[in-house]
Amino acid sequence: MLQGQQVALEGRGISTLNGRGMIDVDVHPVVPNMAALTPYMDEYWRDQVVERGINTIASQNYPPNAPKTARADWKQASKVGDLQAQLLDPWGVEMAICTPLYGTQMVMNADMARAFTRALNDWTRAEWLDRDSRLRASIVLPMHDTEHAVEEIERLAPDRRFVQAQVLVMGETPAGKRQHWPVYAACVKHGLPLAIHAGSCFRHPVTSVGWPSWYLEEYSAQAQGFQSTLGSLITEGVLSKFPELKIVLLESGVTWLMPFLYRLQKTWKGTRFEIPWVDRPPIELVRDQVRLSCQPFDAPPEVVPRVLDMLGSDDMLMWASDWPHWQYDGDQAIPPGMPASLLPKLLRGNALATYARLREGVAA
Amino acid sequence: MNVIQPIRGRSKPPAATLGLVDVDIHPRMKKPTDLNPWLSQRWRDHLATYGIRARHGFVGGQPPFPKAQPMACRRDAWPPGGGTPASDLDFLRFQLLDQYGMDIGVLNPLQPSGQGDNNNEFSAAMAFAVNEWQLAEWTRKEPRLRGSVVVPYDDGQASAREIEKRAGDPNFCQVLMMSRTAEPAGKSRYWPIYEAAEAAGLPVAFHAFGYSGWAMTNGGWPSFYTEEVSEHAISAQNQVVSLVVEGVFERFPKLKVVMIECGFAWVPNVAWRLDQHWTQLRGEVPHLKLKPSEYIKRNIWFSTQPMEDPERPEHILDLMEWIGWDKILFASDYPHWDFDDPLLALSGAISAEKRRDIYGGNAIKLYGL
Repeated sequence: MLQGQQVALEGRGISTLNGRGMIDVDVHPVVPNMAALTPYMDEYWRDQVVERGINTIASQNYPPNAPKTARADWKQASKVGDLQAQLLDPWGVEMAICTPLYGTQMVMNADMARAFTRALNDWTRAEWLDRDSRLRASIVLPMHDTEHAVEEIERLAPDRRFVQAQVLVMGETPAGKRQHWPVYAACVKHGLPLAIHAGSCFRHPVTSVGWPSWYLEEYSAQAQGFQSTLGSLITEGVLSKFPELKIVLLESGVTWLMPFLYRLQKTWKGTRFEIPWVDRPPIELVRDQVRLSCQPFDAPPEVVPRVLDMLGSDDMLMWASDWPHWQYDGDQAIPPGMPASLLPKLLRGNALATYARLREGVAA
Repeated sequence: MNVIQPIRGRSKPPAATLGLVDVDIHPRMKKPTDLNPWLSQRWRDHLATYGIRARHGFVGGQPPFPKAQPMACRRDAWPPGGGTPASDLDFLRFQLLDQYGMDIGVLNPLQPSGQGDNNNEFSAAMAFAVNEWQLAEWTRKEPRLRGSVVVPYDDGQASAREIEKRAGDPNFCQVLMMSRTAEPAGKSRYWPIYEAAEAAGLPVAFHAFGYSGWAMTNGGWPSFYTEEVSEHAISAQNQVVSLVVEGVFERFPKLKVVMIECGFAWVPNVAWRLDQHWTQLRGEVPHLKLKPSEYIKRNIWFSTQPMEDPERPEHILDLMEWIGWDKILFASDYPHWDFDDPLLALSGAISAEKRRDIYGGNAIKLYGL
């Protein structure tokens, strides 16, 4: 086990830690096409898919052939065997949380989104969870109808292998808005963190000044989406109202966080009359309730110690491979510059502390 | 936060040995008809009849998120002789220029300047009038003040014509845009602005604000003024990314961009993120010959107010170090409620030599003052 060990990591990849109980909080099973999901739909929706020629709803957030979408050696990512062969077995990962990104959350028709998202979650359960006991999964939520989202939590929460709920960072309305609160209440009721993953539902341009030309800009804009979303969760009072709720930011980058909060907290000192329910400094709320995956980290190695010093907490970062996205090469899955002293928490401890359901059946 | 300034003797920050330059002062008109001398009858009528029509739901450009204070101003900034804050040159001299021994103040007129109006032709007429008004009412009366060339930025050609009119006039030291344009600022529709500004040797400033017509976050409209204030920094991030990735600085390598009232703590992480993901995605953007961060380092300056407020002062040093000490410009944002007092704004953790450059040295070099 990692606990208490000092692992010299200089110049070595994660495979040197093989078998030491790493928990990967962000792996992306890839749905190959709609035909893979139709077995999990009722007759009406199966018929709709066929009759309307809905062959794929792959997400524009990750254009299938773009370099970021899949590493050259991770192009096959639609079967559990791919994950086992490329990641779980060679790196000795103890548990991994599946976070599918197929475009079911983006569908405009709320009934269709509900049906497709149910199918996606059932596909994940049958074709991934049932086939490898190391896997856990996220309840992907059809967020454009709050009742549907709550219903999906209620439907799947009894299966303890679903360890969190999952939404995309850019939705139709900011995440903190009150109409979403029944979803957060359901998360709390079932002990599920809310995972917010990079990606847009494309209800709005990916920047507040319109549509950019280049995918590089679009991918960069995830960091702005996370800032706005976190700002919304704080100012609307979600963190204050649901102190037990953990928010997990996935594939968010890390380095934007504190500079954003430095401004928000300063503003709050002058405008807190507007949001009196925010009765603690925003940075404190975030340190208590917000966690982030560490891929990508978005900093050159030489500044990582200073960035971590600003973060001011060893409890917030969780390791993720982000399989099969291309964030690093080979097995360099720990951001260069991470101090070895942080590894026990980064690779395992923080995930166990964040996810009550991961702790079930795991030695402390 | 909006504390009325205690009465104090006049005093210049001791570290400002190269001069005190304030790059963000907001002059206001005394009354809506102040621009009439420079508007044609048609546009006077338009202004009186339809008024400012920003890309949101409220008349007269009044903000969709009510400010924290009346007109977002310091309570003590209303001139004793009447009128709105920063509409009275004598009181501005008394409360700002003389109070702190300012050597140069840069004017950034905000609404009702007509910038970002739904009607580009009206916006162009207003920009001309606002620029004439700056000359007549401010810079010709007070040699310490410099104007900004207000442009109807969503019409690139009309903006370039306005810049060409003002080129060589020492009363103007920069071109002024708002940070929320109708499209990302790097798009080619804005390139005539950059071409004209580069030719005229004028930096292009993006001042936080404006309404693009799109939702204020990429996930929809927020609820609170508190969020809107944060969103200024976020839209500025998008604009820096767009300017860099579209290749504006490759095409206009001598262009100088100044981000005003956008904060600066985000600059290092935006640059790091761009560099990191450019390593995988550079095949998409072969027009970029340098790493994204190198364009930011070479071509973009940042003003101080409102400075992000880290928990420990050494972290402001980290952030400024990563941006570059020669790229940071002092701004007060007078007469707004979140005004930064020149005597108090810069942390004592910053060395006197670096404070000297931030107070004035960097701006003097940038603007050639």
